[in-house]
Parts: sequence; C-alpha cells; structure tokens
Amino acid sequence: MLEDTAPILKARGLRYEVPDALLLSVPDLQIGAAGTTVILGPNGAGKSVLLRLLHGLVAPSSGICDWAKGVGPEAQAMVFQKPVLLRRSVAANIHFALARRGLDRAQRSELAAQHLSEAGLGARARQPARTLSGGQQQRLALARALARAPKVLLLDEPTASLDPGSTMEIEKMLVRAKAQGTKIIMVTHDIGQARRMADDVVFLFQGVLSCHQHAPAFFDAPATKAARAFLSGEIYQSEGLGA
Amino acid sequence: MEGFSQAFQTSLGLILAGDPYLVGIVALSLKISLAALAISALIGVPLGALLAMHRFWGRQIIVIATNALMGLPPVVVGLVVYLALSRSGPLGVLDLLYTPAAMILAQALLITPILVALTRQTLEPINDEYADLLRSFAVAGMRRVWVLIWDGRFGLLTALLAGFGRATAEVGAVIIVGGNINHVTRVMTTTIALETSRGNLSLAMALGVILLIIALAVNAVLSMVSQATRRGYA
Amino acid sequence: MRREWTILSLTLLAIVFAPMVRAQDRIILQSTTSTQNSGLLDAVLPAFTRATGYPVHVVAVGTGQALQNARNGDGDVVLVHARDLEEAFVAEGGGVERFDLMFNDFVIVGPGSDPAGIAGANSTAEALARIAANGARFTSRGDGSGTHRKELSLWPAAGVDVAPASGDWYRETGAGMGTTLNIAIEMEAYVLTDRGTWISFGRKNGHKVLFEGQKDLFNPYGIIAVNPARFPHVNAKGAEALISWLLGPDGQAAIAGYTLGGEQLFFPNAKARPE
Repeated sequence: MLEDTAPILKARGLRYEVPDALLLSVPDLQIGAAGTTVILGPNGAGKSVLLRLLHGLVAPSSGICDWAKGVGPEAQAMVFQKPVLLRRSVAANIHFALARRGLDRAQRSELAAQHLSEAGLGARARQPARTLSGGQQQRLALARALARAPKVLLLDEPTASLDPGSTMEIEKMLVRAKAQGTKIIMVTHDIGQARRMADDVVFLFQGVLSCHQHAPAFFDAPATKAARAFLSGEIYQSEGLGA
Repeated sequence: MEGFSQAFQTSLGLILAGDPYLVGIVALSLKISLAALAISALIGVPLGALLAMHRFWGRQIIVIATNALMGLPPVVVGLVVYLALSRSGPLGVLDLLYTPAAMILAQALLITPILVALTRQTLEPINDEYADLLRSFAVAGMRRVWVLIWDGRFGLLTALLAGFGRATAEVGAVIIVGGNINHVTRVMTTTIALETSRGNLSLAMALGVILLIIALAVNAVLSMVSQATRRGYA
Repeated sequence: MRREWTILSLTLLAIVFAPMVRAQDRIILQSTTSTQNSGLLDAVLPAFTRATGYPVHVVAVGTGQALQNARNGDGDVVLVHARDLEEAFVAEGGGVERFDLMFNDFVIVGPGSDPAGIAGANSTAEALARIAANGARFTSRGDGSGTHRKELSLWPAAGVDVAPASGDWYRETGAGMGTTLNIAIEMEAYVLTDRGTWISFGRKNGHKVLFEGQKDLFNPYGIIAVNPARFPHVNAKGAEALISWLLGPDGQAAIAGYTLGGEQLFFPNAKARPE
C-alpha cells in the first residue's frame, strides 16, 4: 500500500454488498493530500462504487472511511459521468454553488464570471444550461463543482462520453485546479488519461483493490497480474476476486 | 323569440358594453377560484413534493388515493361540504354556509388532489435525476423542496392552470354550498344555470363566451409554457 | 422557509375569511324558484335593506328543500307556497308562526296548437282529463315543490293516475320551474306553472297560457320565521324585521307594485297584525 506522511483519507475494511453480490472490497486504502489520485480499472471494477463511498453518497455495508479534519464530504465536490445540470441558465448553475458560501452579492457576481470564463462559457451565461453541447455541459458541471471552492474534487469518468477536444478542455481545467491546491481524485478506465493526469494510481479489479502505486512505478512496473494485463490491453479474468 | 345567433350577438353586445351585472359576476368568480387555487397550492404543492422526495410506508396508498380523488364528482364534494357547514352539522358554528368562503373551501377540496398528483408527477423525475447532485451539495429538507419546485416550475405551472380550469368550470358544488345568492355567491357557472332556467339566453351565453375566453387564455399560457419546455428549461 | 410559508398561508386565510366577519347581521331567506325567477325578490328586498340595514341573502330552491334547509337551521326566514307543508313545519316546532303574504295563481301552459284542446275546458279536472286522454305530453316538476304538490293534487279529480304514465306522456323533470318550462317547450308539452314565473320567462317560443282562472288554481304564499328556540344562532331580530316589513304597508305595496310587461305578478294579502 502507498503510505503517506499526511494522508487525508484512511479507509479500512470497506465493503459494499448488494443482495446478490459483493461489489467492492477494500481492506486498506490511504490517499495523500498531494498529487492527483487516479482510480483506474476496467469497466465493472467497482471504481464508481468506491468513489461514491468516499464521497458519502452511499454508506458502506461495513468498514470505515475516515477523512482528515476539514476535508470530509462537506468540503468536497463531485462531477458525475453524465452532467446533471439544473433546469436554469448557465450562470444560475454557478450561482447555485456559490449560494451557500456566505459571500455578498458583488463577490458572487465576480466569482461567477470568473468561473464561467475559465470554463470558456462566459458568452453563454444566460443560455439554458441544458441546451449546451455535451462537452460544454460537462465543463459547466466542473465549473460549478469548483465554484464550491472544495478541498477535494472527485470526478467519476468525467470525459467518458466526450470527444477528444472537450476531453482536453476538461483536463486543462483540472490541471489549473490542481495548481490552485485542490486535491483531485478521478475515476477513469482510459489508460491514456491516467498517464496524463495521475500522480498515483489506485487500481481496482473485479471489485477488489488490486494495487496502489506512484504513477511512474505503476506504468513501468505494475505490481499485480491484473494491472499488467490491463495496461497491455489484454482482457484478464481471474478465478475469484482480485489477483 | 331569439334564435342562437340572435342570442350570440346580444351576448357580445353585453360583454362589450361592460354590463355591470356581468362584470360583478366575473370578478367574483375569479376571486373565488383564485383564492381556492392559492389555498390548494399552499397545501398541495409541498405535499406533492414530499411524495416525490420520500419513500415511506403507506406512500403508495396515498398516491393511489390522490389519483382517485382527482376524479371526485364535484357535486358530491358540494354535498359533503354542505353537510359539514350546515347549522345542524359539525362546523355549523362557523356560519360559513352560503358564503364565498364555503365556495372557496369546496373548490379547494376539489383541486387540491389535482395539484398533489400533478406536482408529484412533475417533481418525481426531477428528484430522481437530482438525487446524487443534491446529496453531494448537502441540500436537504425545505431547501431541497424549494430547488425541486423552482426547477419544476413549468410543470407546476401546468398543474396550477389545470387546477384553475377545474375550479372555474365547476357548478355542482358551489351552487349547493353557496346558494347562488345574488351579488354574494353567484358566479359565472351558477349564473349560466340560473339565467338559462329563466330563458334569458343572451345573458347566459355572454357568460359562456367569457368562460370560453378564460379557458382559451389558460390554454394559450399552457402552450407558451410548453414552448419554454422545448427551449430547455424543463 | 417554513416560517415564510406559514405567514403566507395565514395571510391568505385571513384575506379569504375576513369578509365573513361582517356577515353576522345578514338574513338568510329560504325561498322558492318561482319567487326568484319571477324577479319579485330582487325588486322588493332592496327597499327593505335600505330601510333597516339588514342584507337579505336569498337561497332559491324548491319548497321541499327550502323547508328542509330551515329544519337544519340553515335559514332565518322561509317563504314558500305549500300551505299544508308550511303548517306542518310550524306544528313540529321548526317555525314560529305562519303568515299569509301574497298570492297569485297557477296556469296551464302548452303549445300554441293546443293538441289536447284544453282551452275550452270548463274545469281544471276536465282540462287535465283531456291531456291524459290524448296522451299529450305533460311535464311535471317532480321535485316535491309547492307547484308539484299542487299539480299532484289536481289529477285525482280528473280521474287520472299519473304514476303508470311516468316516462310515457307524463315526464317528471325533478327540476325548478324555469328548467321545467324549458323542457316543456322543447318537448311541445303542457305544464302547470305559477303565473309569475311564466310572465317573466324569457323564451316562451310558441307556448302560451291555455287554461286559467279556476279556484283550484289559487296559489297562496306563506312566510315563516325559523324558530330561534330550536336554533339559537338564528337571526331572530332580522327575521322579525323582515316579516314585519313584508307584511306591513311598505312591503305589501312593493309586492303589488311589481309588474312585468305591464302585468302584476303577485297580489298581497297579509292580514293586519295585532300590535
């Protein structure tokens, strides 16, 4: 496991079960404050389940998920694979996120304008949000999440349904957010994206935490058979959980 | 005696001249129906929102009951309210029978199930779609209700218009509990009934034309609302 | 949020119910569709309100329903035209005392062509017998009203049992006088109506009065105050004021003075009341 001097998350014995199956089992996971953490794995590996557990959207069947003080779910924001925009204007979506930050009107206006322009949506402020294109909608969803000034930003396959151009724009926004100090935890099944973005990789396979390594180490010398197979593009099945 | 077209022409004349009897009746009708709508909305919309948001034991029964109540025959509601408000009834001390308040009560009873059911239908898909988002934003309780209501505003407007239409078109309940008293509880629909029974067709028809205009106006707003839907706000 | 909603609701309820506070001094008059449809009450009552300040709210339903409403305590004064029912109402304690107020008469109205030939009949019984014999359509109120009861009382003398004919030539509408007239005219049928409603009826088409003037077509109206001993909340003072006024010179003159198309519809016949 990847040890960190100051982990912001310690998860122990995390399990998520449904009546027919065990969807996730993570005995031990620590995530550090620095660097972008990418949760990687093939489809159905349990990546989304893990992310939702970390963010507190669902409760684990057993186990604990311990965030450090001040970086728990109330200081986090999440971007979903399919953008869920409010039935309002582009600007109103940003204002929704700004509303509870205790800012005055002038500050909110200024921040809203800033976030919109950083997302390349400044000219579309009054447009109904749901009439934007797929890439534009996801940029807005990301801008809205960032408008909450979160300590941790979680993203669930944010560019899975987007074209390369939009993907690049989203990744640029993430790089900027990271530079401003936001911790990023991102789920993806796209190896190329993981190479571009990750500082450390949490590799999940068939519902189990397979390995957790610094990015250079992971891509050069993945620690488990499943990870090796995944990186070389093979489809790998194991007998039971994990490898 | 007047034929249909004769009566129609006379009725248009009455409308254009702003006949005071007519104006008074139309004003009273609108006041009563709008008041009933407001009360029903205050009760029905939050109730519908709660049904949309929460799963609880008995919810399905309430949903079925509300949908069934939408088909309540108005005259039955009128009878029940009359029995309740009659001096020999449980609420007789309130002295509400034969007053506009009794009519507002009857109409509110009629349209609240409509608002509850249509609110739930509008807000449930929105709630389902927003579930994760609102959870992530820690939006709960009344704040969540308000978000759903605002984002569901166009569907809710349709519900309000449907309720208003039902209230203004109703005659059975309001004639029983209101007594069709001149200048006090006489509204458009009850006047049409009365004037028809007096053979005063042009007056009845004038009110019929006005009711139609109101119905058309409601439908015009409804179609503007669905335009807004297509423009991406619903 | 909850607070705003509560304030809004209470404000709304206050707006809706505030006008009701003033309604305490009103007099609820339970009366019949014939007095309403003829326009008499609309013409006569405003003078009373001007003189005394009491607004009168008229609920116009059939005689039977008016008396039943009064029995439930939902009225302060009753003005109907079914003498036996009125007296029973007082006898059982529902009303204080019955007074003669006014009268008019009933007439038999029918299609201009008079298919059953009742215009030449010598008595009401003969007229009705001719209708039955011809199987000519007849519309009845069928609603327990004063008019209905009067009509039912006339058939035996003609030797006619209308019950088996119901649905055939004898059609029961279960409705008020105006509606029944509408139906009679559409059906080209005969109908018994009080003269006041007929004169003020706006759509006579080809129908006209074909039989009238007999003593058994006399139509007296009575006025009764609802018994405050049984229903304490009744506006007893208002009821007394209304009855006194209607029975007094102003009311009686107003009734006599109400005409339509030059014809007087109601004839006052109050007896002088001991002071």
